[in-house]
Amino acid sequence: MFVTVLDVIIGGLISGGIYALIAVGLSLQYGVGRVLNVSHGEFIMIGAFATWSLYTVFGISPLISLVICGPIFFILGFVINRAIFEYLRSKSESIDAFAASSLLASFGLLFIIQNVALIIWKADLRGYSYLDSSVSILGAVFTANRLIALLFAVVISLSFYIFLTRTRLGKAIRAAAEDPVTAQVMGVNIHRVLAICFGLGALMAGLAGVLISMMYEMRPTMGLEYTIIAIIVVVLGGLGSITGSLVGGFILGFIGTIVTYIDPGLSLIAYYVIFILMLLVKPTGIFGK
Amino acid sequence: MRILEGERVAKYFGGLAAVYNVDFDINQGEIVGLIGPNGAGKTTLFNLISGALPTTAGEIRYKNRKITSLKPNKICKRGIARTFQLLKLFGKMTVFENVLLGSLFGKSEDINESDAKRDSLELLEFVGLSEVRATPAKELTLANQKRLEVARGLATKPELFLLDELMAGLNPTEVAQAMELVIMIRDRGITIFMIEHVMKAIMSVCDRIMVLDHGVKIAEGTPEEITTNKKVIEVYLGE
Amino acid sequence: MDSARVIYKRPFSLGMLFLFLILLATMPLYVQPYFIILLNTVFMYIIITLSWAIFSGPTRYISLASAAFFGVGAYVSAVIGQVLSLPLFIATGGLVSFILALFIGLLTLRLKGIYFIIFTFGVSELIRHFILWWEAKFAGTVGRWVVAVDHTTVYYVMLIIFILALLTAYHIRRSKFGLALRSIGEHEEAAAHIGISVTILKTITFAISAFFMGATGAIMATRWTYIDPGIAFNPLFSFMPVLMAIFGGIGQLYGPILGATILTLLEEVLITEFPYYYMLLFGIILIAVILFLPNGLVGLIEKLGKRGNKG
Repeated sequence: MFVTVLDVIIGGLISGGIYALIAVGLSLQYGVGRVLNVSHGEFIMIGAFATWSLYTVFGISPLISLVICGPIFFILGFVINRAIFEYLRSKSESIDAFAASSLLASFGLLFIIQNVALIIWKADLRGYSYLDSSVSILGAVFTANRLIALLFAVVISLSFYIFLTRTRLGKAIRAAAEDPVTAQVMGVNIHRVLAICFGLGALMAGLAGVLISMMYEMRPTMGLEYTIIAIIVVVLGGLGSITGSLVGGFILGFIGTIVTYIDPGLSLIAYYVIFILMLLVKPTGIFGK
Repeated sequence: MRILEGERVAKYFGGLAAVYNVDFDINQGEIVGLIGPNGAGKTTLFNLISGALPTTAGEIRYKNRKITSLKPNKICKRGIARTFQLLKLFGKMTVFENVLLGSLFGKSEDINESDAKRDSLELLEFVGLSEVRATPAKELTLANQKRLEVARGLATKPELFLLDELMAGLNPTEVAQAMELVIMIRDRGITIFMIEHVMKAIMSVCDRIMVLDHGVKIAEGTPEEITTNKKVIEVYLGE
Repeated sequence: MDSARVIYKRPFSLGMLFLFLILLATMPLYVQPYFIILLNTVFMYIIITLSWAIFSGPTRYISLASAAFFGVGAYVSAVIGQVLSLPLFIATGGLVSFILALFIGLLTLRLKGIYFIIFTFGVSELIRHFILWWEAKFAGTVGRWVVAVDHTTVYYVMLIIFILALLTAYHIRRSKFGLALRSIGEHEEAAAHIGISVTILKTITFAISAFFMGATGAIMATRWTYIDPGIAFNPLFSFMPVLMAIFGGIGQLYGPILGATILTLLEEVLITEFPYYYMLLFGIILIAVILFLPNGLVGLIEKLGKRGNKG
């Protein structure tokens, strides 16, 4: 019994940590830029595959890949924002028009990125084993890679939380996400913050992808499911609340683990039910206004 | 006869009272003004009357029938029209189409199409927009856009018209024209309740004036009574 | 409803349209079966896109629930296709989708903008996963077999649904309700304040658009003869109509039809010629259109028309 509880707790933390990371990434792009980036999951997928390639071809440890992928993904996000979304923003006549066109543009990105991945890595399931020795914690058994991934997910989440709450840039980002107009009035350089957020969003996706690759197998079509989970968490935490996404990720991760215990086929259904109930009862989320 | 009454009307947003314990009554044929500093709750009160927001407490009656919990479209059909402080025109549609919609849906939905068109053209003539009837609403000047919102409201055949800062942003000539329009509307038999900041206009046009401050009614009376009211002067008339 | 000045740009005259319909109606007589099969797919997307545009076009509420309505129709087909005659189960498919849309519409009363978009997507996916789970748990199956119908019959049914959808779209657009729907898209609050029953109008229009999607789903299922939740409720049926409508342009009625036709044929060509690159090309085209043709093909055509008049 105790072992089961421990299983669920640690399992919940693992899922939660990953969900928190991917949700924060999406939240950064939506909260400040108002871009619902449906290609977010594709960045996660690329992160996972890049790690796979680096490991199987060059023998580079995934933990090193975290450091490699981070900056690269940041730049990628930065460039894509500049090339596509900023242009669209300048051309859109209204917020709603921009929401629609940016949504569609990100669909285009989804198609492109997924196809590129299919070309490079083909459609087969891939995986690698890294640190897969078993570790026993008070009777519950886990593979080392999951625990390491959990450690890194929690560390990254915490560092990011500190960044958001303690640094000037972090506070500027939170302000911009909550109320861009007021933030601008208070002196926040919205354009700079926006560009950074997009980069950070992609960075989070990439890092999440690295961690996911350590624990699970991957295929080029895996992205969309993660995007959807990210959207659900962001709504749960509150569209526009970055810290809400962090917390929401862990909440959903725990719920998912518990539901999986009861009936694995029900976990996605549970997520969608929570999603829909949230939208009907409190669309602004747990932490939204 | 009392066309509109409000009894202890209140609206809370979270813990903040935007409107608190406000009583009011408007008689048929009057032009009643509603003034107060920014944030006094004037537009909120209009939103409560028109059904745009639900009341937290209190009752509002139109022609002796309760309208407090009704939706805006029902209230419109009962006979209350309004304009908005931040114009809400159907920008991409033509001036004519904006007014036509009011004619088609504002009173009874059985109205004959050609009657509706005729009524709309007449109203455009009345407010002075016949020339631009085929222009998209968003291309009009501010003054004309305000005229259009008025025409659209009139198309719904109201007996009570709520005007929210009709004169905001208009130059002195346009303000004079707007004042004239308000009187012409009253002469058609429509009661008017208007929020305004342009003091000269409201003092000369209104029969009575209500003053709100921080959501509470602090004074009510004729324009002369209001201009000499100590409380009002304290709170407000530093224009 | 014409405004005081009649400007109705119609690139196609009524006569041309009629001839075109006759052409379509007689096609099976002289055209290769492969082409009929292709046309069935094109019709499917045309109807879904056109239906989508009936509601989402004027109101600007972007619905991603199309897959739900389409899929429900397909499943109705699978479940009662053996028992009822073709016209009946097609109509039932449409009807069930209609009712589902009424229900969803009433639920989403207060949701606007992005919330409405993701909600409709969430509902669609919830239905897909739920049926997947239910079928596995209680029916012990993944998919279902559907009564088979020959290609020519499918073609004619699609043609009829298309004509009905087109007539409905046309009449709504020209009626006072079409005008009201557009006003909802511009300023919903103002529309309510001039007496428009916003909730009822939105919900019924949403349901009407769902009806045609459901009917289409019902007939397409008979073409596939086997459906499972992944096939029937494929999210692509939610995304593609949006792409196609915006690509074609929502300003005019022919926009979604044009957009759906071109993109479906394009997809067909790309899949056959470049099976490994077609998604990539599709994505590039999509982004190019979003960036450079914000009003879709309709916008482009109208711009060219204006330039032609000036020259």
